[in-house]
Amino acid sequence: MSKNRKFYIGGFIVSLFLAGVVSFYASSSPDGLEKVAGDIGFIETAKDHTLGDGALADYGVKGIENERASVGVAGVIGVIGTAVVAGVFFKLIARKPEKSKS
Amino acid sequence: MHIPDGFIDVPTSAAFVGLSAVGIGAALKGARTQLDDKTAPLAGLTAVFIFAVQMLNFPVVAGTSGHLIGAALAAVLVGPWAATLALTVVLLMQAFLFADGGLTALGLSVFNMSIISVWVGYGTFLLIRKILPKNKSSIAIAASIAAAVSVPAAAFGFWVQYVIGATGTFSDSAVFTSMIGVHILIGIGEAIITGLTVTAVLASRSDLVFGWKNNKNKEVLEIKNV
Repeated sequence: MSKNRKFYIGGFIVSLFLAGVVSFYASSSPDGLEKVAGDIGFIETAKDHTLGDGALADYGVKGIENERASVGVAGVIGVIGTAVVAGVFFKLIARKPEKSKS
Repeated sequence: MHIPDGFIDVPTSAAFVGLSAVGIGAALKGARTQLDDKTAPLAGLTAVFIFAVQMLNFPVVAGTSGHLIGAALAAVLVGPWAATLALTVVLLMQAFLFADGGLTALGLSVFNMSIISVWVGYGTFLLIRKILPKNKSSIAIAASIAAAVSVPAAAFGFWVQYVIGATGTFSDSAVFTSMIGVHILIGIGEAIITGLTVTAVLASRSDLVFGWKNNKNKEVLEIKNV
């Protein structure tokens, strides 16, 4: 395996592990903005998310009861999804038409 | 700092969609000059890693958590233009797939995290790098300091949006103090994660790191000029 390949596969596996396994242990306290909004009071002005009923809303998979599995699978889907979208997107951007390989 | 719908009124949100679109347009142009076949995969991996680490909320003070934004990290790894794009991809995935961050508020969040945080972070990185010795640990230290500054910078962005278009009627100065205060603390976590990640990437693939390559090229040019 080339050094290059090893690096990217390694980085991808680390990301899968963080989103798929470690995420279960993340703090569930409100984040900075939510906390401030709650303390000061403007949290009341928040509206429900348009896609709040989506299958992956709030980093959980609808239908998976087990919390650890639910957030883990959501994380893995997010990592793979981001890899596909970002991978294709940056590949297209980096392509230099004037120096295209023959 | 993913803004839900409703905090900021529609006209302000719409204006920031426009501003963000201009920033992304510039980033699309800029990234073409900074990315090549060799570094494009790193930009993709940076987006993936930021998505993953943004799921990891760490506790800051009683009842409050924070998570990485990743703007300074991305700017150091792949350059500021590609960083803006990587952060934007992450924010879009989060808003549309995971209902994290309101859809009408997307322009606000993109502006704060993909544009302000990236550019303040990158500017800070360049400044600190300039005064430190030219070695790899300096790159990691400069990246950490940039990360620490980039988080309250994004919070400042939110505050400006709040002053312009809050739907609530709460005190602007209270929002300023609380937002900047808590995000200075979250910035410490951001600095640690950014420093460790930049150190790890420099140790394995320094040839790919924008903030390091770029530095060396400059030295080479300076030597040539003498």
